[in-house]
Amino acid sequence: MSSLTELTAHELKGLLDKGEISSKDLVKEHLERIEKVDKKVNAFMTVTKEEALKQAEVVDEKRKRSEQLSPLAGIPMALKDNMCTKGIRTTCSSKILHNFIPPYNATVVEKLMKADSIVMGKCNMDEFAMGSSTENSGYFPTKNPYDLNVVPGGSSGGSAASVAAEEVVFSLGSDTGGSIRQPAAFCGVIGLKPTYGYVSRYGLVAFASSLDQIGPFTRDMTDCALVMNEIFGHDHKDSTSAPVEVPDFTKALNNDVKGLKIGLPKEYMNEGINPDIIECYKQAVAKLEELGAVCEEVSLPHTEYALPIYYIIAPAEASSNLARYDGVRYGLRVEGEDIVSMFKKTRSQGFGEEVKRRIMLGTYALSSGYYDAYYLKALKVRTLIKQDFDQVFEKFDCLLTPTTPTTAFNFGEKVDDPLSMYMNDICTVPANLAGVPALSMPFGLSKGRPVGLQLIGKAFGEGTLLRVGYTLEQNTTLTRPRPELKGVM
Amino acid sequence: MSVEFEVVIGLEVHAELKTKTKIFCSCPTEFGGEENTHVCPVCLGLPGTLPVLNERVLEFAVRAGVAVDCEIANFSKFDRKNYFYPDLPKAYQISQYDLPICKEGKLEIAVDGEKKIIGITRIHMEEDAGKLLHSGNTITSSHYSLADYNRTGVPLIEIVSEPDMRSPEEARAYMEKLKTILEYIDVSDVKMEQGSLRCDANISLRPVGTSKLGTKAEIKNMNSFKALQKALEYEIERQQEVLEEGGTIVQETRTWDEEKGITVSMRSKEEANDYRYFPDPDLVPIIIEPDWVEEIKNSLPELPDAKRKRLVEKLGLSEYDAGIITESRALAEFFDKTVTLFNEPKTVANWIMGDFMRLLNVESIEVKDSKVTPEKMAALLENQADGKISGKMAKTVFEEMFVTGKTADEIIKEKGLVQISDEGSLGEIVDNIIEANPKSIADYQDGKKKAIGFLVGQIMKETKGQANPGVVNKLLQEKLSQL
Ligand SMILES: [Zn+2]
Repeated sequence: MSSLTELTAHELKGLLDKGEISSKDLVKEHLERIEKVDKKVNAFMTVTKEEALKQAEVVDEKRKRSEQLSPLAGIPMALKDNMCTKGIRTTCSSKILHNFIPPYNATVVEKLMKADSIVMGKCNMDEFAMGSSTENSGYFPTKNPYDLNVVPGGSSGGSAASVAAEEVVFSLGSDTGGSIRQPAAFCGVIGLKPTYGYVSRYGLVAFASSLDQIGPFTRDMTDCALVMNEIFGHDHKDSTSAPVEVPDFTKALNNDVKGLKIGLPKEYMNEGINPDIIECYKQAVAKLEELGAVCEEVSLPHTEYALPIYYIIAPAEASSNLARYDGVRYGLRVEGEDIVSMFKKTRSQGFGEEVKRRIMLGTYALSSGYYDAYYLKALKVRTLIKQDFDQVFEKFDCLLTPTTPTTAFNFGEKVDDPLSMYMNDICTVPANLAGVPALSMPFGLSKGRPVGLQLIGKAFGEGTLLRVGYTLEQNTTLTRPRPELKGVM
Repeated sequence: MSVEFEVVIGLEVHAELKTKTKIFCSCPTEFGGEENTHVCPVCLGLPGTLPVLNERVLEFAVRAGVAVDCEIANFSKFDRKNYFYPDLPKAYQISQYDLPICKEGKLEIAVDGEKKIIGITRIHMEEDAGKLLHSGNTITSSHYSLADYNRTGVPLIEIVSEPDMRSPEEARAYMEKLKTILEYIDVSDVKMEQGSLRCDANISLRPVGTSKLGTKAEIKNMNSFKALQKALEYEIERQQEVLEEGGTIVQETRTWDEEKGITVSMRSKEEANDYRYFPDPDLVPIIIEPDWVEEIKNSLPELPDAKRKRLVEKLGLSEYDAGIITESRALAEFFDKTVTLFNEPKTVANWIMGDFMRLLNVESIEVKDSKVTPEKMAALLENQADGKISGKMAKTVFEEMFVTGKTADEIIKEKGLVQISDEGSLGEIVDNIIEANPKSIADYQDGKKKAIGFLVGQIMKETKGQANPGVVNKLLQEKLSQL
């Protein structure tokens, strides 16, 4: 018999409903798993053991009273450590927030708590979500459950690894330029970046406000739909939240892609993409065609500008968003001779290298005399990139690309070369700039490391992504690899 | 040879809006309150929080805009003004930069009867910062500073004028007019002393006849109309001295030191911040429907200029009187109400500008808190017009009314203050006085007409001031001519 930690939420729901297991059993099992593997994987910043056990008892009581429960009730999950949790330390994996305990919950946290999901803890990340390997955490790096010598990706590396290592059933991450999809690809799990405005950002510690979105990591499409059902929806606390109705996403889980028009953007297939990944990608295209989808090459001509303008817009917003960490009210304070020296010392010691690099980049891009040449121009190009997507989506239902140009790389391989690290976001950044949804799903392995496929959809067209993903899941065995956790188990 | 200089002044006025809640959260805006009690995660700028615009703020800003003839933008947005200071919890202020909600307005001022139009460049919305209390004189020289964030996020509008003012008097008149308008449209408490109305001035000099603007200084910290005028007077003198000695004015920010009566340099332009304004990605653009603006326009009360015009043209008041009465909306409404009950505008105006305003000033009472209501004042004037009481009695009654809030009838009855106009009973008293004062009668008959005043005085004394002076005069004349 397989262990409980291998199962998905919808599989566990059946056992819970039948009374074969209790939420408390489930939580205990996952706590044991965390105990066993997290020493090596390091996915967690904080494990909330006591709270989780207490919460599980509450859910078990509710189930005993036959209360109407959410499909995610009693299911253990984890949150990236940039989502505010009332009474639970929220660090963004930064030294500057080492002791920050929010007095309020992020909207997504409220929603998952209302659904009685069990928060098992907070996951490690690249500091303030800046990075693609989780090596930029101010505390420790997270390891890839497939191979402890390679990175899990980032910035939501802890969230992705926690699901891949079966420490939790699902987790939430945030995606500003690929921070959900890239680690999902590296860790062999599903990761979705929703349409901008579909999930409330209230309580998500901001990196780049116009790009950030919260989304789920799961081990199959059904779980992805279940989490989406709980966390999506309009929030009056977030002005950028879209006032739209949320459908039941499980209805989109159809094993059928007949007649679906899938675009294959040629600009994503450049020479930088690893041949093994291209091989997997081609297999996926062939599979989809075999199942009746119509796949055609399309062009998004402004794709090459996505990465450069991303590295203007995101740091610009970040330079302003991160200015509040000044040591005055909360978090780290390093005393100085006067207020200015306190600001300087606090920020110099509190932030890591990558964060400082981006604050400087962003400050420069917004400075008087440079604003028009950089920031304003970047906003104009962003509009062109959006138009590229609008145009292809007039004819196509979704797009298929690789998620990353390479599979998970070794620790230290790119950390001293920011540009090559940034290149890892090349396939994921355009969806953030355009505000459209994109999902990464596992599709085979290359030298034992997972390969990710990216599906990009129309704004609010997440249903199509689920449908394609679900169909692939039902018709190949490549979509659900499992890590062996060599040296861990 | 000395050059004559022309003064150029522009004002930047900040008015706190009197919405119930703050601009981006639901904390109360109430003045006072224990430190850091009117705060929440949003106005404290805690990580992860987001602003949501209070629609009343938008409405109040549009009200202000249409009241000073501004064009209301149909597309507007919020921007971040970035700078580090401990009273600013996000290290940026949410403000408006290149697309303010209102632009190109104007208002009319009058100095010594001379009218002038002052242009308004723009009005924009922004959030207020918190308050710091330093252990020393300045933040850098202090051991510690205490921060109170109650005021953080209180909505402000900044009203920027054109550099159209040419004297401290004009600047003051502009400021007073703006205050009056904001009070009329009920968007701000406009109390300079409490800081709900604040003003910075840009001032420069240039040789008369030239059109190029001189280098300006920005003056801050003027907390009253008087301070504004004095600071500008001082600054003109200072700049003139520098220029006359062949020096140049440094572009800088100066603060008004009320005690010493001087302006002091705070920071020069070189030290000025680059605020790195950019559109706030946490807020969506503001789209304004013309219909809504029209609705707001129609909901405005009669504004001071229109009111003044009506008082002069329809009710026959002098420009001066109409000006004084319309300076405050409360006073003007008191006037209007009283006139509907007692239709002699000039008499009402005299009473309001005379005893009423005098007593309000002496007791530091606001019109709305006064125990004298338009109904009570009209009833008093009615009594006087009927001849029931004399003008002098009316003043006595009014003073009593102001203190106790009793009606004229109650006071007249209590004090027995009824005027005697009955010719029969007054005739008897007149006869007695004539009889008792033969010397005065002789003087009168010798042509000393003044003697009649003495006789009237005696009669008033006899009647404890209740005799109707008109009737007394008439009876005296008649009886004396019959002697
Ligand atoms: Zn608040």
